[in-house]
Amino acid sequence: MALIKAQKITKNYQTEDFIVHALQDVDFEIEPASFVSFVGPSGSGKTTILNLIGCLDKPSAGNLRIADTEVIGLARKESAAFRGKHLGFIFQDFNLIPVLTVYENIEYPLIMVQNVAPQERKERISRLLAAVDMTDQAHKYPQQISGGQKQRVAIARALVTNPALVLADEPTANLDSQTAYSVIGLMKKMRDDFGTTFIFSTHDTKIVGEAEVIFRLEDGRLTAKETKGEIKL
Amino acid sequence: MINLFKIAIRNLIRYKRRTLLTASLITIGVVFVLVFVSITGSFKAMMIGQITDSMLGHLQIHRKGYVASIDNLPLNLNMKPQAYSKIATVLTASPQVEAFSPRLKFGGMFSNFVETTNIRLNGIYPDREFQTVPLLTSRISEGKKTLSRGEIMIPTLLAKGLGVKLGDTVVIVATNVDGSVNGKQFIVSGILESATGPGGRDGYINIEDAAEVLRMTEAEVSEVAIRLKDFSRLPAAVKQLENKVSGEVNKEARPMFEVHSWEQLSPFFNIARMIDVMTFFIKIMLIAIVLISIMNVMIMAVYERIREIGTIAAIGTLPGKIRSMFIIEGFCLGVVGAIIGDLIGIAVVLIINLVGIRFDFAQQQGLLLKATLQPSDLLTVSIIVIVVAVGASLQPAIKASKMEPIEALRHV
Repeated sequence: MALIKAQKITKNYQTEDFIVHALQDVDFEIEPASFVSFVGPSGSGKTTILNLIGCLDKPSAGNLRIADTEVIGLARKESAAFRGKHLGFIFQDFNLIPVLTVYENIEYPLIMVQNVAPQERKERISRLLAAVDMTDQAHKYPQQISGGQKQRVAIARALVTNPALVLADEPTANLDSQTAYSVIGLMKKMRDDFGTTFIFSTHDTKIVGEAEVIFRLEDGRLTAKETKGEIKL
Repeated sequence: MINLFKIAIRNLIRYKRRTLLTASLITIGVVFVLVFVSITGSFKAMMIGQITDSMLGHLQIHRKGYVASIDNLPLNLNMKPQAYSKIATVLTASPQVEAFSPRLKFGGMFSNFVETTNIRLNGIYPDREFQTVPLLTSRISEGKKTLSRGEIMIPTLLAKGLGVKLGDTVVIVATNVDGSVNGKQFIVSGILESATGPGGRDGYINIEDAAEVLRMTEAEVSEVAIRLKDFSRLPAAVKQLENKVSGEVNKEARPMFEVHSWEQLSPFFNIARMIDVMTFFIKIMLIAIVLISIMNVMIMAVYERIREIGTIAAIGTLPGKIRSMFIIEGFCLGVVGAIIGDLIGIAVVLIINLVGIRFDFAQQQGLLLKATLQPSDLLTVSIIVIVVAVGASLQPAIKASKMEPIEALRHV
């Protein structure tokens, strides 16, 4: 059964003078434990679709089902609770909390969102710190580590709540190519280790090749779905 | 909750200079209020003490209607001995009463055989009067601290004006209740400094002498001054005594007696109220300082951390927790400002007491100001600061919690 099922998703933005059609009649399904990328040029609707899947925004029309939940009808508080339970986020600018250490940044969702017991928190964080190879940096603050390390911490933070799905909007945009490959590689490894579905958006053609399924977007329309082997770089 | 505090404190430390400035502003406000409250409070307490302990007593009981005509010192509104004995029985049985003193008050003429002037006289039982208004003896600037039959203590203004000295013989002439006039010679045994304004023409003689001058076979009583064991329980004591004496009615079935606290008898009470009003407005200023500074810093904090708010909201932090984070920041600022302000305020009050500030009140000179801070003052000011700090954080905190994560994440 699909983890995500989107039917006829449309998203319009009303400006002062005209309506922007960010997404039009988009249909797709994403299976559990897949490694998916939405690709397309700037303004094609990548971020919009990730925001909709991430329950950060609501479509103008259509149906969207994630982890057996119709997310469109969720109220603001229910959306927050749903995100905390089922979703993880990785941001382009890392968005770590500057006053918390690496360890505490990873711990944050367990305390503030899921209220996990201290012993279990410790175990989960240690496991993830080891998985993203940041155990030695656990006591450092975000401003004391590099961009690649920050994104590793962000990955660990996204995974620590055991989400069904991790969304990453342009996760490598602020990284050099070598670090970008290593971050994507780490995400894939996390998918393998934890069975979490990863969906990321990118316009970097080299990174696209790392995805197992890609959805191509152009002017708000889904133009193609390609699987491993079919992907055209 | 501990983690919310940890994050709030770290966020405050993150903007050290701003936090320091805001906390300093609150601290200065708290110190200012505490010092003001301690000095004015002490001044007020000292003045009330002077008035009640050297003249009025804490409260007084009169025959109904006497206080309304008190300027005339009406002899026809005195309590008869039988009526006074009822009051005395009630007061003797009352556990909150430390002492009470019956007074026979009347107006008369004071003469040194060369000049004559008017005088207000208090006929008293000296021992009971000194127990009820213990500071009366401290007002005796010249002469002995007792009062025997045939002796008179006169106010210093009168002594100076008429050139009367200790040991001089003077004459008191007074109109009796039936309209006849009587006089009696007295020896000046003491000269009194006045406590404050109206007391400037009050002299003291023994109550038996007063009865003799007024040709009373048995001394009547104009007023009964009362000293309580615990002055802070004055309102309750007034109420209790009112209840106890309200049962005494005259032939027309109207109450015979009325009870008045010092507040109803002294014009200084209005000054005391003015001090309270000033203290109130100083507290309002403190509230304004805290409100503006905390609100300013929290609005800035929210504005500067919009993306951060977007991030924590995106990863599932509920709006209530986001709100709490910012409210706790305001709370912590308030607590820090209040605690440091309290400590510095206590230190300043200690320094004021070490230095020893002296001032004059009426004709009393060199009174030492003993600034005191009650725990209740510290608690009240601290609670005001903390509550206002939390209140000032509410608007920015609510704004933060209502932010749409998608818009907050887009913020540059």
